[in-house]
Amino acid sequence: MDHRTAMARDLDHGQPPDGAPDEQAAQQHAPGTEPAHHAVHISIDQVSVRYGAFTAVRDVCFDVPRNAITALIGPSGCGKSTLLRTINRMNDLVPGATTTGAVTYNGEDIYAEGVDPVEVRRRIGMVFQKPNPFPKSIYDNVAFGPRLNGRKRDLDDLVEHSLRRAALWDEVKDKLAQSGLSLSGGQQQRLCIARAIAVDPDVILMDEPCSALDPIATLRIEELMKDMASEYTIVIVTHNMQQAARVSDLTAFFTVDMDNERQERTGVLVEIDDTDTIFTNASDPRTEAYITGRFG
Amino acid sequence: MSTPTTQAPGGRGLQGSVRQRRADPLFRVVLAVAASSVLLLLAAMIIRTSIEAWPVFAKEGIWGFLTGTEWSVGTSRSEVTGSYGAWPFIYGTLLISLIAIVFAVPLSIGIALFTNELAPNWIRRPLTSAVDTLAMVPSIVYAFVGMYFFRIEVWAPVGQRIADTPLGEVPFFSGPVLLSSYWSAANILAIMILPIITAICRDVFAQVPADEKNAAYAMGATRWEVMSKIIVPHSFSGIVGGTMLGLGRALGETLAVAVLIGSTRDMTSSVFQPGDAMTALIANTFQDAHPEAIWALLAIGVTLFFITMAVNIVARLIVARVNLRVGGGATV
Amino acid sequence: MSTPTSTPTAATHENRPSLLVTSPNGRRRARISQLMTGVLLLTVLAALVPLAILLWQVISNGWGPFSWEFLTTVEPLSYRDTGGGYLAGIVGTLYMTGVAALISVPLGLAAAVYLNERPKGRYASVVRFFTDVMTGVPSVFVGLAVYALLVSGSGGLGLGFGTLAGAASLAIIMLPIVVRSSEEMLRLVPADLKQAAFGLGARQWQTTLKVTLPAAAPGLTTGVILAVARGAGETAPLILTALGAREVVLRLTGAPQADIGLLMLDGFRQPFEGGIQRAWAGGFTLILITLGLSIIARALARRSQI
Repeated sequence: MDHRTAMARDLDHGQPPDGAPDEQAAQQHAPGTEPAHHAVHISIDQVSVRYGAFTAVRDVCFDVPRNAITALIGPSGCGKSTLLRTINRMNDLVPGATTTGAVTYNGEDIYAEGVDPVEVRRRIGMVFQKPNPFPKSIYDNVAFGPRLNGRKRDLDDLVEHSLRRAALWDEVKDKLAQSGLSLSGGQQQRLCIARAIAVDPDVILMDEPCSALDPIATLRIEELMKDMASEYTIVIVTHNMQQAARVSDLTAFFTVDMDNERQERTGVLVEIDDTDTIFTNASDPRTEAYITGRFG
Repeated sequence: MSTPTTQAPGGRGLQGSVRQRRADPLFRVVLAVAASSVLLLLAAMIIRTSIEAWPVFAKEGIWGFLTGTEWSVGTSRSEVTGSYGAWPFIYGTLLISLIAIVFAVPLSIGIALFTNELAPNWIRRPLTSAVDTLAMVPSIVYAFVGMYFFRIEVWAPVGQRIADTPLGEVPFFSGPVLLSSYWSAANILAIMILPIITAICRDVFAQVPADEKNAAYAMGATRWEVMSKIIVPHSFSGIVGGTMLGLGRALGETLAVAVLIGSTRDMTSSVFQPGDAMTALIANTFQDAHPEAIWALLAIGVTLFFITMAVNIVARLIVARVNLRVGGGATV
Repeated sequence: MSTPTSTPTAATHENRPSLLVTSPNGRRRARISQLMTGVLLLTVLAALVPLAILLWQVISNGWGPFSWEFLTTVEPLSYRDTGGGYLAGIVGTLYMTGVAALISVPLGLAAAVYLNERPKGRYASVVRFFTDVMTGVPSVFVGLAVYALLVSGSGGLGLGFGTLAGAASLAIIMLPIVVRSSEEMLRLVPADLKQAAFGLGARQWQTTLKVTLPAAAPGLTTGVILAVARGAGETAPLILTALGAREVVLRLTGAPQADIGLLMLDGFRQPFEGGIQRAWAGGFTLILITLGLSIIARALARRSQI
């Protein structure tokens, strides 16, 4: 992972972030050039999110490598979910939310003038905390996105492919007309993954995808994620440190920065590194404290 | 249980004084009677009107009364001498209410979608209040402004435009376009029932889980696609319930219709010509009616009551079921 | 770090077009979405424009003839004559609405307390359901029923047309509104508060009258005011119960009572300028009463939320 540009910037101490490595990475893979595998796929540069006067997450910088799994961990309220939602501009839908900084995808700033958030979300899919299939048939759930895109024919193949890719085909192939809500929780979540895949994204964001599932269903999703990483760049937010340790290549640790004077809690990135390094030899004492369970 | 302690001054015994102990059961009885008053009133109203109207139903037969087309009023004080066929009025009521629904439902859905999904935060409350204000305007004022402004400046000219198109060849849309007509009555009804349908739509749209909307957005759906493919289908039964409530209001609206429908006994086939409706007949002819004619008006009223009651009960059942389902889902 | 899972595969996702290059389909969908935003804005205008016209018509036509004379004199004998006013109607409307409130508010509050104490009871749900249904009963039917019950001498109480009959019909229209809005407000009173009162040895009636109702008072007032506004704006049932009068009537029964709406109805259906002018002023008065009350109610509601 020599292309990794994990910049663990300790913003607690107000260090000015130097964006040079990010810029280099972005420039190396400008559109048209052939990106190497594990090249930077998404680069997050000095991103802050505010809801009105409240800053949810401040000055985050890190790079997400292509075709790998990046986990975002940290105590609740640390802004990791908020940050995840900046990557496909879901925060645009929250009234009063403003995002500053740059999120670069394939070398393009997704917040640039003229970029349609709808187009961004078509490339960068998302799976949510609670399985949320539409109250439609399994087939129609998967076909929903392609139909939006104007695809009316050959949907059968696409539905089958997406369900296979989400390791759900064998369980549902005989009951595609049944409601998506008739499935078990774990199956529903895989249906949501299939639904996201069907739009043909190359990045999939997962916001605590297993928090509503039992351990066995969780393991299946984790296996599926590892399997999918060969084709997709995956960014996962998780509360579960073991999960991050089991599935991810990179782990980013976020924490809450308390401003006692202004009574404000703001999420900040502490460090990002190889998952192995984070879990065995973290460079920041706060990371170690969290991982060893002394705080969190 | 009349141990001496019960009589102790200040009620220091655990039994308390008899008067105090009786207070709560009495209180509960009062409350129960008050609650029952709603049911008693409904029952009293329907029973008394039905009894008063009975001679008319008895003479014409219920089916004959509902489907007869001749309405000629007698002047007797003691027996039914005229002939009473209510169909022209039932037809008029149903026709204008259905037209009103056709206009009001899409508009209401649009207003509710705009308010909930598109309007910036600061505009939501004023917009909601403005639409609710439409519901507070007294119907006599609707009737008045409808008569002196809308039918002259808006509805008749628009009706003329429609009658001038090839549609005018169809008897239903044929001219001449008169100022007082089914068309004018239907249009005022559409405005009057807009607030209630909009209010129900706003409520059911707000109950669509954010998760579902977010899932669609995350797949690259546009705002309109989320509205048309997620929010509206999810709210379908609520919309139906709101529509039925609006229909109930339209069927029972009186003064605006009485003033604008034109009140003629002849059933005309064109919407642009005058007709009559159940509520309009009651309001317009009651003051000069002989006892016999009042029985007939009561019979019309009973008919109207049962039609609106059926519509309202269906509407309330649908609305209640929607709330129940959403409530149940939220607790899971 | 080794690369545990991510074996390079056929580059299906690489070399994608720029985000700025939207597919024709994507452009079409974006255009449809924008177009529909415009259409939805038009539907909003379809509601706001009639409202604006309505208020503008009533205010611009009613402001002129609305005067001290209008408020303090009765109509001249002929609709042709100008001048005069709606004193009789204003008195009648306020009188009947007031009596209706005296009947429906205590009854409605008691019913609401009953429903609130039994949120899940079977009888309570029946009452609740029919209360909802009752809000949809046509007001003209209520007028007919009160005629048959109170006014008519054959089988009814034979009270004749007048204040009480008119007030009774308005009370029946207001009752379900009072019940349902009050129940919603009572439900917002925290259970702790009631528990605290019971814990101090208060009886049920004491808890209700001294704790629950006062705690919900601002909200209850809002609901009551809205119901009164609704009653004040009703005209149709009064045709059948109050009948209408040209003079100020103070008797509760035995003499037909006047009403603003009834006077308007008589005035604007005649082709005489004097009557029409007074009707505009009458409409202006009614709008002042009903919208004024509803604005007060909303202001109270807003304050009680804080």
